[in-house]
Amino acid sequence: MDNLLSIVTFTPLVAAAILALFLRGNDEAAQRNAKWLALGATGFTFFVSIFVLAGFEPNAPGFQFLEDREWLFGLHYRMGVDGISVLFVMLTTVLMPLVVAACWDVTTRVKDYMVALLVLEGLMIGVFCALDLILFYAFFEAGLIPMFLIIGIWGGANRIYAAFKFFLYTLLGSVLMLVAMIAMYVDAGTTDITLLLSHDFSHAPLNVLGLNVVGGMQTLLWLAFFASFAVKMPMWPVHTWLPDAHVQAPTAGSVVLAAILLKMGGYGFLRFSLPMFPVGSEIMGPLVLWLSAIAIVYTSLVALMQDDMKKLIAYSSVAHMGYVTMGIFAANQQGVDGAIFQMISHGFVSGALFLLVGVIYDRMHTREISAYGGLVNRMPAYALVFMFFTMANVGLPGTSGFVGEFLTLVGVFQVNTWVAVVAATGVILSAAYALWLYRRVVFGDLIKESLRSITDMTGRERAIFAPLVVATLVLGVYPALVLDIIGPAVANLVENYDVATADFVPGHVVAATGH
Amino acid sequence: MVTIILFAPLLGAIICGFGWKFIGETAATVVATAFLFLAAVLSWVVFLGHDGDTLIVQLFRWIESGTLMADWSIRLDRLTAIMLIVVTTVSALVHLYSFGYMDHDPQFREGEIYKPRFFAYLSFFTFAMLALVTSDNLLQMFFGWEGVGLASYLLIGFYWRKPSAGAAAMKAFIVNRVGDFGFMLGILALFLLTDSINFTDVFAATPELAETQISFLWTDWNAANLIAFLLFIGAMGKSAQLGLHTWLPDAMEGPTPVSALIHAATMVTAGVFLVCRMSPLMEYADQAMAFVVVVGAATAFMAATVGLVQNDIKRVIAYSTMSQLGYMFVAAGLGAYSVAMFHLLTHAFFKAMLFLGAGSVIHAMHHEQDMRNYGGLRKKIPYTFWAMMIGTLAITGVGIPLTHIGFAGFLSKDAVIEVAFAGNTGAFWALVVAALFTSFYSWRLMFLTFYGKPRGDMHTHEHAHESPAVMTVPLAVLAVGSVLAGMVFYGPFFGSQEQVDRFMGVPVEPVAAPVEEGLVTEAPAHGEAPAGEAGALHVRAPQVPGQGAIFAGPENHIIHDAHEVPAWVKVSPFVAMLLGFLAAWVGYIARPSLPGQWAANLAPLHRFLFRKWYFDEIYDVLFVRPAKWLGRFLWKRGDGDVIDGSINGIAMGIVPMATRWLGRMQSGYVFTYAFAMVIGIVILITWTTIAAGN
Repeated sequence: MDNLLSIVTFTPLVAAAILALFLRGNDEAAQRNAKWLALGATGFTFFVSIFVLAGFEPNAPGFQFLEDREWLFGLHYRMGVDGISVLFVMLTTVLMPLVVAACWDVTTRVKDYMVALLVLEGLMIGVFCALDLILFYAFFEAGLIPMFLIIGIWGGANRIYAAFKFFLYTLLGSVLMLVAMIAMYVDAGTTDITLLLSHDFSHAPLNVLGLNVVGGMQTLLWLAFFASFAVKMPMWPVHTWLPDAHVQAPTAGSVVLAAILLKMGGYGFLRFSLPMFPVGSEIMGPLVLWLSAIAIVYTSLVALMQDDMKKLIAYSSVAHMGYVTMGIFAANQQGVDGAIFQMISHGFVSGALFLLVGVIYDRMHTREISAYGGLVNRMPAYALVFMFFTMANVGLPGTSGFVGEFLTLVGVFQVNTWVAVVAATGVILSAAYALWLYRRVVFGDLIKESLRSITDMTGRERAIFAPLVVATLVLGVYPALVLDIIGPAVANLVENYDVATADFVPGHVVAATGH
Repeated sequence: MVTIILFAPLLGAIICGFGWKFIGETAATVVATAFLFLAAVLSWVVFLGHDGDTLIVQLFRWIESGTLMADWSIRLDRLTAIMLIVVTTVSALVHLYSFGYMDHDPQFREGEIYKPRFFAYLSFFTFAMLALVTSDNLLQMFFGWEGVGLASYLLIGFYWRKPSAGAAAMKAFIVNRVGDFGFMLGILALFLLTDSINFTDVFAATPELAETQISFLWTDWNAANLIAFLLFIGAMGKSAQLGLHTWLPDAMEGPTPVSALIHAATMVTAGVFLVCRMSPLMEYADQAMAFVVVVGAATAFMAATVGLVQNDIKRVIAYSTMSQLGYMFVAAGLGAYSVAMFHLLTHAFFKAMLFLGAGSVIHAMHHEQDMRNYGGLRKKIPYTFWAMMIGTLAITGVGIPLTHIGFAGFLSKDAVIEVAFAGNTGAFWALVVAALFTSFYSWRLMFLTFYGKPRGDMHTHEHAHESPAVMTVPLAVLAVGSVLAGMVFYGPFFGSQEQVDRFMGVPVEPVAAPVEEGLVTEAPAHGEAPAGEAGALHVRAPQVPGQGAIFAGPENHIIHDAHEVPAWVKVSPFVAMLLGFLAAWVGYIARPSLPGQWAANLAPLHRFLFRKWYFDEIYDVLFVRPAKWLGRFLWKRGDGDVIDGSINGIAMGIVPMATRWLGRMQSGYVFTYAFAMVIGIVILITWTTIAAGN
């Protein structure tokens, strides 16, 4: 089984192709078949991915499950995972069956919906496994299309605007990344990521259009990649596509977007920016730290005032991604550990929150907070699950939300206490917006006539939330499950980073205080 | 055994909260209560059998990242043992009491099941609180810290139909988060400097911290002071100290047993526990400690003044709690950690009893809480009356002056006041005046409730009845504690330095030759009496931070000094108590028209106190409204106009255009084409991969 990663990546794609080509008709039976096939395919993908995780050796250096084949036009098809990427693969494969189950009640163009979701899954897994620049780029960009379709076809009233905003924003960011990739190929003579990781890109000062660029080529490349990943994360101030996309996207789209697609940005920083352009990261790091801190406070405050539930959670997502970028560019063990953990945890928690909105949206067809109130009267199970994920969202210790938040703060405190203090105010603000939302939706007496007959979660809905609750709780109580896997890889990353930046003297502000 | 104590309540909570559907409502609540009683009994066994040595039990791993290691583990020393008995005893009694109090709660409709939820929350709270007090590192403590915050939030908001309950719950959580913000920064700073957050390592490093400077925000700080200060902000939030206290009075929206357990006896004392636990650090942080004293004294005074004029029986007791917490902080801030713990212990008994007594009154009066509608209840509910009387005698500090005979509060509160005189005269006077006020409002409560003529709804008065045995038995148990706890525990907490050391597990070395070289280098003897003439002054061998449950630096003689205060100081709280009693007696028994006149004559002052010094209003103007305004501004102006409008407007200008274009083109087709494209790409990639691979 030396092509396990390809199996994981292509199972959903093959299933999508089968669905698209062979499934005919649009009657109820065809719809049911489409759903079951999609569920089966995502389930099987998850099953196979377990073998990846089980066979993964955290302490072995470098990439594992390597595949390298001749591909088109002399390009190479290279796949592999290391401690940083393997869990993102797992996150994707765990969540996708739940996502498929969550759109069981969709009735418009069911087959196409399932195809889009399956294609998306395959492409997302591909992003995390690709070890070749071109392959990575292909997966990274191609993923836009199914998401664009999901928003544009199954979205809300204003879906066209949101779909295009999403598409253009992320595409424009990526164009610069493509330019940078070509420059990297010219410089290093290879598109092999494993080789690029050990390639020293020059950081001699460059003169561009009369401007003296400190860190030279590294800084320029770093900026180009940053343009793409910062939009993807999204970081303040290029985050405004996200709330719009979330509001218009169907539930499944929101879940995938928040839980997995955003993580590509963070993954990109860890795969490219930090290890390949350490000097560039060192120079631009303080900027990112500040952008992150601003993002946390800014979007938390904005979240406070939202009256659309999805928008509120979308802004809260931006705030949480702020911790991630902050942790990554603290560039020390705790910071990066925390950033990865935060991404995994946010995958479960934000996914669950969007699903929770979906549950009541399916019943009431509105996301207006003011349309609800007193749900606990008729939906006790819903109230409990919502409470649980609200607490996970505010980072209560014992849930997975806390671990990432805390570790990134530990990391950044060693580098810049101002940023740490500003970012830590997020713990207050997140409690404010999350609890206020909860109070307005769930607490109080049930006085709205329209809610009189609302029903509690069905068995299917409970079954979707159960694994999410378990994951959030288990990772909160025993985070070693994740930290043991990412730890050695992160240690390696940080060590290389420290070595690479040690001989870079100007503006030398290495985070040595923590040692 | 401690492991069982820790997890029994959690197990009870889970069985009760999730299992009641299978085993029935009554069985579930009984199970939760039984587990709590088991924990309480074991706690007493642990406490009485504890020899003072620190015991550490590793459970399993928690957060490990690089050099950061925090395990789930248990640290059992004297401080933990004290907290164990306080928490489990009060909790077990409150569980029992709740069988009566929560029966037929009018907040819930016929057929609604709420009791298992209530008991599960109570048990969960107990678990979180135990995790807090048994933790061996700051992070697990933080887990408990936030866990009790969650339980508190859930229980304050327990009556979810009441909008005020929801608001109070939210306020409690958020204000506590402000404190937690400081706590968390404290942990971060501590890790940065000591590379560990385990108590053992941290304590060992404290002398070094005292010499270290840390660059934090705009300038350099003394590390010990900064960290102690940040941690104390956490303590202020949890223990409702001045500035972060506004949530506690509102927390009275929760059911009364909750107020007794969480907002009087246990959770709110977590801050005091934190300061005592961190004594090795606090001893090296004199500026932070001075701040602790000032805040404690100011809180004791401020809360007592507000308590004078409140009419809601629970709010009076809530302000009284806040005030008493201030006392504890004064003691802890002056280095008399054992005295702070002493008051914590006695206070847990009598304050829990006052609350449960108040609950019994409220229960009898059909959930009427306004004392203006009480009166003359002495005969109707005699057990409750006597319980409240004992509680009042305890909190006001009745005893025989200059002896060690008296109710619990007499011994512990007077100890605090003596410590205050020895350490800080300003704090001393604040506390004595607060003692006078305490006495006044406590007796005012008694007189308004139990004496005079019935007021308010006569129908309610006619139906007033004594509470069932499940409610009066816990009162009786607590009454025993309120009477005896002070006298029994006086020696170990506030006896001679040697007694205290022995109790706290500090190695008491023979007083021989403390001037040996090794010791001198460790801690220069600051004018300590030489061994030979150690008469009155007990010469302590310099203590190593981390030895024993509390640490007293070489210059800390506060326990000794507190015993040396003049006699008038020792009598002063008693006099204050008498004056308060007399004033209350005159105002509410002898001349009931007087209070109205006082209020009218001093209307501005009365309003100022009645509105709780306007803290809520000020905070609303300073924080709540600006935050909302800023949120809206950033959203509409920042995201809307600036970002979408200008910076990205150039790029995003295309979107409306594209949308219009698509609108004309019947958008459905475009998506169909795009769809066909993506499927084509997929098939192409798949095929080439498979084909090229072979």
